Amino acid sequence: MQSVQFEAPGTVEEACALLAGAAGDARILAGGTDLLVQLRSHIIDPALVVDIKRIEETRTLARNADGSYTVGAAVAGAEAHERGDIVADWPGVIEAWDLIGSTQIQGRASLGGNLGNASPAADSVPAMIAAGMTANIAGPGGRRSIPVEEVATGPGRTSLAKGEFIVSFGLPARPEGGGDAYLRLIPRTEMDIAVVGCGVALVLDGDGKVASAKVSLGAVAPTALVVGDAASAIVGTGLDDGAMAALDAACQAACSPIDDKRGTVEYRTKVAGVLARRAAKIAAERAGSR
Amino acid sequence: MAKHHVSTTINGEPVEYLCSTRQTLLDVLRDELNLTGSKEGCASGDCGACSVMLDGRLVCACLVMGAEAEGRAVETIEGMAEGDSLHPLQRIFLEDAALQCGICTPGFLVAAKALLDRNDNPTETEIRYWLAGNLCRCTGYDKIVRAVQRTAAEMRGEAR
Repeated sequence: MQSVQFEAPGTVEEACALLAGAAGDARILAGGTDLLVQLRSHIIDPALVVDIKRIEETRTLARNADGSYTVGAAVAGAEAHERGDIVADWPGVIEAWDLIGSTQIQGRASLGGNLGNASPAADSVPAMIAAGMTANIAGPGGRRSIPVEEVATGPGRTSLAKGEFIVSFGLPARPEGGGDAYLRLIPRTEMDIAVVGCGVALVLDGDGKVASAKVSLGAVAPTALVVGDAASAIVGTGLDDGAMAALDAACQAACSPIDDKRGTVEYRTKVAGVLARRAAKIAAERAGSR
Repeated sequence: MAKHHVSTTINGEPVEYLCSTRQTLLDVLRDELNLTGSKEGCASGDCGACSVMLDGRLVCACLVMGAEAEGRAVETIEGMAEGDSLHPLQRIFLEDAALQCGICTPGFLVAAKALLDRNDNPTETEIRYWLAGNLCRCTGYDKIVRAVQRTAAEMRGEAR
């Protein structure tokens, strides 16, 4: 167990330089709700911890002129939940974020941390993917933006290079006729890790048919999945029984879950289909109500 | 490695301390500043016994680094009473026996105050969800929830 250097830079450039120059493992501190637990239980033994919360950009949630949002990587769930605009525009993203932990955890829990921690069961991630969010990444070589689904590469692993970190997220303007939803199954009512999570975002045309859709599953594979076949199953339909059955089947076919005390492979697979149906129905109701 | 010199505000008073990166805010409060009202239950953010306010947000002090508190405002259970005058939540928890062993109590009080500061008339469901991150193994929660409800009613000026 080594002593840990702690830095709290005020700019993105300083943070990147610190991360790039670290002699050993370097970790980002946003809300700390995963990091401090891992540090204490010796799951990680970093040489450097960089607190990014002194960087204004990571702490800002802004609605842009075109109706899109820029969500700082270290904005806390409680802060977003108090914002009427994003709650109304993207209720699925907010409900997924809000499901993470208790009131105390919500006071700190961030999207940057939830994605960067790369747990396959991270609740916010399928909702972010379904909503078409992008991760704005800074590194020694400059900035780049990638779809959220390209960040996690496996449990605890990401595609970020040394020196890089997630500064913020882009969340598109809610499209006309758009709606989103996130559902998860846990064995109790609150504060547990998802057995399955499912995010659905869709757009209804003037006739109530699905014009476009994106479906993402969590906790059924090493990373959150984009299920293209599930979206195809409902596009062009009015979410009739046949389309719902096809959506269910496509989600089940995409699953390759683990078998553990929270659920067997068979159970998780079955539940993925059920949650997808329900989330699609809620997303459509939300789309139709605007 | 050199320790971090941190200047912060705790219960309205400027405070300075030294800490290592591995020390949490809870470690600092209890071990460096002798503010032992905040309890360590799980040390993993599950039990809420270390609940404090950080810049106006309810958080677990065990999930905050001591070094992070530079320039922030921390409020702990020690700041809840005004001199000898208990906060109504503290008094009613005592009057209504909303505690037994007492280890979870400071966390419940800090969390319940955070709720009543933003919602002066929470429903039972709202109270139970808000306090879901505070674990009590003695009371079965009912007395805690009723004490919060009675406090809210009293603070609204309703006799009960």
